[in-house]
Amino acid sequence: MEYFIQQSINGLTLGSIYGLIAIGYTMVYGIIGMINFAHGDVFMLGAFMAMIIFLALTTFIGGVPVVLALLLMMVVAMLLTGLWSWTIERLAYRPLRGSFRLAPLITAIGMSIALSNFVQVTQGPRNKPIPPLVNGGITVYGTNITIAYKQMVIIIVTAVLLAAFWYLVNKTSLGRAQRSCEQDRKMAALLGIDVDRTISMTFVMGAMLAAVAGTLYLMFYGVISFTDGFVPGVKAFTAAVLGGIGSLPGAVVGGLLIGLIEALWSAYFSIDYKDVAAFSILAIVLIFLPSGILGRPEVEKV
Amino acid sequence: MKPIVDIEPKESDSVFAKALKEGLVAGALALGLFCLIVGFRTEQNIRNELILTQRWGLLAIFVAVAAVARFLITYTAPWREERKKTRRVVEAKEPSAFRKSFPKIGLGLLFIYPFLVILILAAYNGSMMGGLQGSLKYVDNFGIQILIYVMLAWGLNIVVGLAGLLDLGYVAFYAVGAYSYALLSAHFGFSFWLLLPMAGIFAATWGVILGFPVLRLRGDYLAIVTLAFGEIIRLILINWTVVTKGTFGISGIAKATLFGIPFVPGPNGFAALLGLPNSGVYYKIFLYYLILLLALLTAWVTIRLRRMPIGRAWEALREDEIACRSLGINTTTTKLTAFATGAMFGGFAGSFFAARQGFVSPESFVFLESAIILAMVVLGGMGSLVGIAIAAAVMIGGTELLRELEFLKLVFGNDFTPELYRMLLFGLAMIVVMVWKPRGFAGSREPSAFLHKRKMVSGEFTKEGHG
Amino acid sequence: MISEVQNNPSAILRVERLSMKFGGLIAINDLNFEAKRGAITALIGPNGAGKTTVFNCITGFYKPTEGMLTLTRQNGEEYLLERMADFVITKKAKVARTFQNIRLFSGLTVLENLLVAQHNPLMLSSGFTVLGLLGFPTYKKAAGDAIEKARFWLEKINLVDRADDPAGDLPYGAQRRLEIARAMCTEPELLCLDEPAAGLNARESAELNKLLLDIRAETGTSILLIEHDMSVVMEISDHVVVLEYGTKISDGTPDTVKNDPKVIAAYLGVEDEEVVELIEQAEAAGVDDITAAVDLLSTEALHEIEEAHPDAAPVELIPAAAIADGASSKVKSARKPAAKKTQAAPATSKIKAGSTSNALEAPRAGKADKLILIKGIGPVNERKLNEHGIFHFDQIAAWKKADIVAAEAYLAFDGRIAREDWIGQAKKLAKEGQAKPAQKKTGGAK
Repeated sequence: MEYFIQQSINGLTLGSIYGLIAIGYTMVYGIIGMINFAHGDVFMLGAFMAMIIFLALTTFIGGVPVVLALLLMMVVAMLLTGLWSWTIERLAYRPLRGSFRLAPLITAIGMSIALSNFVQVTQGPRNKPIPPLVNGGITVYGTNITIAYKQMVIIIVTAVLLAAFWYLVNKTSLGRAQRSCEQDRKMAALLGIDVDRTISMTFVMGAMLAAVAGTLYLMFYGVISFTDGFVPGVKAFTAAVLGGIGSLPGAVVGGLLIGLIEALWSAYFSIDYKDVAAFSILAIVLIFLPSGILGRPEVEKV
Repeated sequence: MKPIVDIEPKESDSVFAKALKEGLVAGALALGLFCLIVGFRTEQNIRNELILTQRWGLLAIFVAVAAVARFLITYTAPWREERKKTRRVVEAKEPSAFRKSFPKIGLGLLFIYPFLVILILAAYNGSMMGGLQGSLKYVDNFGIQILIYVMLAWGLNIVVGLAGLLDLGYVAFYAVGAYSYALLSAHFGFSFWLLLPMAGIFAATWGVILGFPVLRLRGDYLAIVTLAFGEIIRLILINWTVVTKGTFGISGIAKATLFGIPFVPGPNGFAALLGLPNSGVYYKIFLYYLILLLALLTAWVTIRLRRMPIGRAWEALREDEIACRSLGINTTTTKLTAFATGAMFGGFAGSFFAARQGFVSPESFVFLESAIILAMVVLGGMGSLVGIAIAAAVMIGGTELLRELEFLKLVFGNDFTPELYRMLLFGLAMIVVMVWKPRGFAGSREPSAFLHKRKMVSGEFTKEGHG
Repeated sequence: MISEVQNNPSAILRVERLSMKFGGLIAINDLNFEAKRGAITALIGPNGAGKTTVFNCITGFYKPTEGMLTLTRQNGEEYLLERMADFVITKKAKVARTFQNIRLFSGLTVLENLLVAQHNPLMLSSGFTVLGLLGFPTYKKAAGDAIEKARFWLEKINLVDRADDPAGDLPYGAQRRLEIARAMCTEPELLCLDEPAAGLNARESAELNKLLLDIRAETGTSILLIEHDMSVVMEISDHVVVLEYGTKISDGTPDTVKNDPKVIAAYLGVEDEEVVELIEQAEAAGVDDITAAVDLLSTEALHEIEEAHPDAAPVELIPAAAIADGASSKVKSARKPAAKKTQAAPATSKIKAGSTSNALEAPRAGKADKLILIKGIGPVNERKLNEHGIFHFDQIAAWKKADIVAAEAYLAFDGRIAREDWIGQAKKLAKEGQAKPAQKKTGGAK
């Protein structure tokens, strides 16, 4: 039982990161019906930015308190990654809006290839290890279950961000504009909502969350490489679909589920097949629940 | 990025001011984007710690390029707009005779390509042998490599271009074909000619097995599940080491033979039988024609199928699935046949790939391959065989060409490795071409039947399916 | 033409006790009507009355919650449409349809659209593609015939000149006609048209009337149509069924229907006095076709709503004008099932395993009879019956009156068991053991 709880905690940690990335996928899909394949690489870019900020802090300033360092990494990575995402949307997706549906998908794939190779070219192909930022952990009283501080950081940061994000989407005019664009873009435009700006902001928000996920990923694993965008990206997208694409709570639930499945499968069965397990469960869930766990069932319009 | 020009072209001052402003904004943006990722470089030192190197000069170049480019784009916009208008008038005419007969000319060229290369190189080197050896690279890297992708893209075209089902895991069938050839030939010693159809059948069976549960799904759900299946198959290939030898791959796969005549240097080999000098190039040329014929088989079947009820049903499915059902078409079997047919050609290509490489490993079947093949289908213009072939030739040929650009070292110094930039440019090219021609190179579709006159259907009417 | 109908009194389509619920929403409630063979039957009613839902049930796009849709083909074969998959209905039961928001294959040419409609026969003649791929002559001939058939229909709809243009390039009226021709290429016996005159101008609408009459006269196809354009309905239909809130409010010849005050009220949605007033006014003005006036007043406005939300669920879309009268019937339709439930609830709680006198804990020998062989029992009802311990024909055959009442209570339909003679059917089936049903029935098992 203790082992199970321990593994579940590990799974939830991992799942939080997936959930944060998945929100970017699900929001973009919700608003323009497009799979933003480059999102995984935006996440990777965010992690790289955080890594460079960390190095810059240690090189130029020296000893910075860990909390401050993490906060700085997150904030700067969020801003710059948001800027990247804005530019990407502007250059590669916006010109194709309203055209052929597969065209933005292809530019997104092209963007994904370009981004990861750009990072490879500018930063080199090797893994980038950083010294551990957060050490230690606590042992739950009377058991062998340990929760590392970095796991707590991940879960807390995710929770706080999700709350803020929920507020943003449900209580602000930007969120309202975004939800209205999701329902009916044309109508929203007629009612005076700047649709292009709203879509841009959606990309920026998704990228910001991905940047935080990247920072947390870097902090948790302590290493990042230019290829690290793909697998978490695909997993996060899987999570978004599993939860019901277009649904924000669905993305988080899907992310946590994928994290749990992965951790528990590795713990009890075989670590080699953990991705196979995640993907198989995706396929099985979709076959029986074709619109995901929390997605709106698609009513076939005749 | 293209600005809407709503000012009089005469007001060159204001155009200049506007361009200057936009250029500065672009520069600032580039500064923000690149300050960390270009401005610093992280490298490991001897103790495997990361250290930062600063590259402000490079960053300055990036910013300057962005600013100047943006400035020029805005500044020349009125002029380009003007030119576009005049050009549009000129272009509105019938497709030229060259364009009409392009498929035939292209086909002819493909058939003589290896000999053409040999002759040119022989003339260049002054000896037949030099021509033979020199042509190896061109026949192999350009000819065979491109044709494999052409065949794969034509196979995927059946699924994506005709039936409108978005398949992001096509490479799985390629892998099935390659591994069935590798394993069966290693364990049972079957010949290439027996295994080629078997690989196709296996892949088609897998297409049906994977397709059956997922074809109920619509749109992007189908896309993600096919992606997942592609990854599952690759992961199984990596992890099921007993059979597949994991990441080491299977090597020493038997070569293909020409009706039993092996391509070996010995006395029974092809060269000896025909009394030719020994050279590896014969096998390459043989492979070239083999893949050419396989690709043409794919094209022939596609063309034939489009004129059959099943092919029309595929295209109808792409246009409107509900209407299909209202006309009594069993959409499940229709989708499955598309899936299986596409998979079968993937399997053929896979077994060819195994025979050509003599080595297969999961490395060759990553998602990127699926994405590249899909990009060819879309860039070529969904459903258009010629367009897809051109897209494949440009994309693969272009990146192969980058390997050849040794002279760039003279410009950028000896550390410069053009190969490093290959995939970066590849990705950027995908974006640029797509933005430039969202419907691909061939934007129109040829009808499968006609009453009076075969007229091309403009791409603006065709749909891309929802699957 | 009417004499023809009288000569052949059999119904091609019988809709019995059709109900369709979407969650808590009742789109169709206990609908009964018949479409006569060779006749044009019109289904009219305000927007959101459930007309398109009826079509979707008939053509298999929706599975009805309850009820029976029996289609009798010319050759006497009977099909239970509610048990068949959509494409099988077109293929086997020979029902074809068009759609409210035109669904052409816009990227295919006009000709290709008509060829796709002949998919099934062409598939056969191409030997499921294999023979065709190898170039067998049978397919070549069949393909030629298919083109000829397409040409025939293109001439009928005046589109022969545009045969090689993409369907999406046609003007709206031509697209509507093409959709009808495409449906006709499947050689249907029942053609279901969902608002064929929507968006047509007066001349096109008149042409459409002629086309439909032609189709009926030349091919003997029976037509079921939904229409708002009263000039079409009144002019060509032999029989009109009026729906409101999923219930039938009137049924009869165009003349009787258009003078039915309930229909007028449904269309106008005004207080009863106002209806009377309006009728008086109309009479004073010398307009004898009140429905036409009604049509003018309300349909255009309503139409827009419907176009914006073609498939929105009915109750959400009660046109504002209809609420006044609608309120009462809405209450009715809402009450009815509720009443049934109160009836059913105690019965259900009592029944569970053993309230019909002969309920069993489990099927004998572990194997239940196929109750769906009884006409009127679908898979849903079979499951319900099984839940209540009814597994075998002889059990049903042995039902007493009280059992029937109990069974009807938990199956939530009254009077149907006797009407459909389940007992009789069950007796026969019990006697035959596991043999075939009394009549040849196709479909179902799918």
